[in-house]
Amino acid sequence: MIPVFETLSGQFDQVVWVQSHGQDVVRVPVVDWYAFAEAAKGQGFEVCADVTAVDWMRMRPDRFEVIASLLSMSLGARLRMSTTVGRDEPSVASLTPLWPGAGFAEREVYDMFGINFEDHPDLTRILMPDDWVGHPLRKDFGVGSVPVQFKASHQVE
Amino acid sequence: MSDETNDPRTEIVDLWVAGSEEPEFQPTDEGAQEISAEETPDRLDVQFGRVIDDDYLYDDDVAEDERVIVNMGPQHPSTHGVLRLQLELEGEVIRRTKPIIGYLHTGMEKTAEELTFGQGPTNVTRMDYLAPFHGELAYSLAVEQLLDIEVPPRAAAIRVLMTELNRITSHLVALATNGMDIGALSMMIYGFRERESILAFFEKTTGLRMNHNYIRPGGVAADLAPGWKDDVGGILKDFPRRIDQYDDLLKENPIWLSRTKDVGVISSEEAIAFSITGPALRAAGVDWDLRKAFPYSGIENYEFEVPLGENGDVYDRYRVRIDEMWESLKIVEQVMDAMPKGDYRVGDRKITPPPRARIDESMEALIHHFKLFTEGFKVPPGETYAAVESPRGELGCYLVSDGEAIPYRMHTRAPSFYNLQALPIAMADSLMADTVATIASMDPVMGDVDR
Repeated sequence: MIPVFETLSGQFDQVVWVQSHGQDVVRVPVVDWYAFAEAAKGQGFEVCADVTAVDWMRMRPDRFEVIASLLSMSLGARLRMSTTVGRDEPSVASLTPLWPGAGFAEREVYDMFGINFEDHPDLTRILMPDDWVGHPLRKDFGVGSVPVQFKASHQVE
Repeated sequence: MSDETNDPRTEIVDLWVAGSEEPEFQPTDEGAQEISAEETPDRLDVQFGRVIDDDYLYDDDVAEDERVIVNMGPQHPSTHGVLRLQLELEGEVIRRTKPIIGYLHTGMEKTAEELTFGQGPTNVTRMDYLAPFHGELAYSLAVEQLLDIEVPPRAAAIRVLMTELNRITSHLVALATNGMDIGALSMMIYGFRERESILAFFEKTTGLRMNHNYIRPGGVAADLAPGWKDDVGGILKDFPRRIDQYDDLLKENPIWLSRTKDVGVISSEEAIAFSITGPALRAAGVDWDLRKAFPYSGIENYEFEVPLGENGDVYDRYRVRIDEMWESLKIVEQVMDAMPKGDYRVGDRKITPPPRARIDESMEALIHHFKLFTEGFKVPPGETYAAVESPRGELGCYLVSDGEAIPYRMHTRAPSFYNLQALPIAMADSLMADTVATIASMDPVMGDVDR
């Protein structure tokens, strides 16, 4: 664990540090999401490389996991933050006030999973059409199928 | 036929002839060429276009009818695919920009949850279709991290060889389209011509010009074709002369310089804040390259430099790409000279298929082959993130497995997606004519943006 992580874990006693295939992952409670990100930015993580989410459906008590990959060019280190939000009206603080680069990524997560990001300046659908119903990357959203011209056609008389 | 006086046409004609009066002639100053006497010389410079008054603060007092909103795209040839920009113009100056994306969204992350780990590369290779090898490499590295396997040295070296050649072809397309958008049509012809010579080598090795599905979990799909050293040697011999030609064409070309210098500037602070990576970040002077910071596939064994720009304008991005082509040629030469012998994929038959000849003589090999291509291989539960330096920046793959043969979740961190966010910053208060130059210099691939 590099010294910066020890400083961070001293400030937040609720977070859990784990290693996943040699990568540093920190599990943050959803109430500390913004405060931890702000502290991490203060410790040198100047880039928010990615924000994404996973739908755990019935496999975990809290359905959605939101993941932010932070990158520090000065320290040459990566840190992956993750938090969990529940099934009903999932909501988490937006990181866009800290890193403007998180804006598109959070819009994508909102579009694909229906997770609300509080204080996001422009939380609208980004990839799907504006009038689309549902959130495609949720596990209960079917893949769907396209009608094919010949598959169910009648025999030629 | 009705009565002549009731015919409306007749009435109108009558009005014009008899009932109407000639409107009084009122001269306007529209189109007047005279310069009023109280103009200062500074003001005149601005009016004649010798000096561009670019120091503008957004002012709500500007009347409504002085602003025009123009939709550029999604079918504009200079937007590199189906990108749509909403531009708010005041005269010819862009005040605000909003990129609107999603026209090429095909749900490839959802598709990845339906394909086995072995089929995954066919999916990711179609995301960034100008750098297919990089997408395959990021995905394969993530799967290999979950499986906890290491590929043989020859496989790693082939991967570096292919991705670096791919970087050259991708930068050639960037240069070609950048030149085409600004009007240097010769550059377009040259870029696509030279790219074809490398694509011929790709076709010989992988069977396809693009969308190769060549780099797979556990190694690569096939060994290099016989005579590959002659092909790569030909590329190495040919390309220095070609790149010098591009410099002759563009480097000191006054038209090119005036269209690219101080245009679309992104400072280093803005680039970091907006998560920009790749040549656009390095053109702003930030020394950051994943090949140096977090090396993959043994790329740390080869000597190369990271070219940097200073101003972060369109010209610097063009220079960084040209210099990166030189560095990639250096890496390719080193890989060719030091290509290790051995297998091109791991020997674990639970992950990679057996050689074709073994299937005819071994029952076990046949079973392995059948199981691999029907069920696929199971990957232990876990999550990982693998990133490579693609021609556009950090191309990452976040992969979650729940122990089955298909990924539970696959997310691609697409560099073009993040780089596009900075377009409003780069284009604010610039001229409409510079829009296409700025877009082209960011080199977005819409397949990568929308996925």
